[in-house]
Amino acid sequence: MAVAGEVLRRSLPENVDISDGSGSGELHVLAVDDSLVDRKVIERLLKISSCKVTAVESGTRALQYLGLDGEKSSVGFDGLKVNLIMTDYSMPGMTGYELLKKIKESSAFREVPVVIMSSENIVTRIDRCLEEGAEEFIVKPVKLSDVKRLTNFVMKGEGKESGGAKRISQKRKFKDDISPLSSPSPSPSLSPSSHLSSPVSDNLLPAEQQCSSLSWPSSSLECSLKRPRLHNTD
Amino acid sequence: MLGLGADRLRADMSRLLALLFHQGVLDEQFLQLQQLQDESSPNFVSEVVNIYFHESEKLLRNLRGLLMDRELSDYKKMGIHLNQFMGSSSSIGAKRVRNICVAFRAASEQNNRAGCLRALELLEHEYCYLKNKLHELFQLEQQRAMAAGVRYPMQN
Repeated sequence: MAVAGEVLRRSLPENVDISDGSGSGELHVLAVDDSLVDRKVIERLLKISSCKVTAVESGTRALQYLGLDGEKSSVGFDGLKVNLIMTDYSMPGMTGYELLKKIKESSAFREVPVVIMSSENIVTRIDRCLEEGAEEFIVKPVKLSDVKRLTNFVMKGEGKESGGAKRISQKRKFKDDISPLSSPSPSPSLSPSSHLSSPVSDNLLPAEQQCSSLSWPSSSLECSLKRPRLHNTD
Repeated sequence: MLGLGADRLRADMSRLLALLFHQGVLDEQFLQLQQLQDESSPNFVSEVVNIYFHESEKLLRNLRGLLMDRELSDYKKMGIHLNQFMGSSSSIGAKRVRNICVAFRAASEQNNRAGCLRALELLEHEYCYLKNKLHELFQLEQQRAMAAGVRYPMQN
């Protein structure tokens, strides 16, 4: 994707004028998600990663923003170049996949990397998106490490790590795979007796951690983070 | 004295969080949210969580409404609501709530009304527990911030 890199480098000086606060070459990311919770989170993830963010709630709005909605007003619209588009897959109206297609069909934006986010780890869905030209498919929840990786990729204007073909194994992030209720680890079952909100003093951990901030190393937690895989097919 | 208060409150918060992690109520995504909170966005976690509460209660109302319709339970629409609920729950690290949504969705895909009703009750219950605990956590945090805030001038 050398062309994408060139496009990026050409547009960087222009971004300096409209970027939030300081930072030359600050990336401008368009985030698309119908969930307000997710928009807030992705916005914060991106801002912390020194990106300018425009968050919209639908594919339609995204196309409007990009000037791809049929209104011939995109002339002179080069003040707000977009370096990366991150879109949810499942949205009412236009799905992320449909948005992806429209973006890839446009001459103005087809070189902009598009990342699809989904809370579902569905192989056929992932394949379809990658085949249509998505840069990456991220299984939600999106983490800071994901955003940092993406922004590094866009900043450097590099090709893919695998150097050409989009390898699914490198693009898919398996997270939060869960199996409905059949796992042996502490997880809910449909019998109502298990985790009622009775005082849970008997569950207190013996060792308590003094933390200087709200965050703490996850290794000190006794929760089981391993979950069986959930396999879905479309 | 106030310094001790802040420390004790911080310990209380840690203990509460540890409990919630131990119970599987929260997962590491909640930690991720906390890491996104700083001086420039000091109430980030509670802001996001409050949006989550607002949206979740709407979804729960919708789900109950759909299930109470004996004539025609719109399982497809339930599935859509559940997908939304699943997504936002996983975004804030509400693991148990999310897991119940998955089971609920499976029941709805089978048009299993009894299963759906059971799942809905469980979901409402679990959601209530989560909400109460997170409110407790935020209260502790507010108290801790106040206690710590008053301490600093005294140290000068």
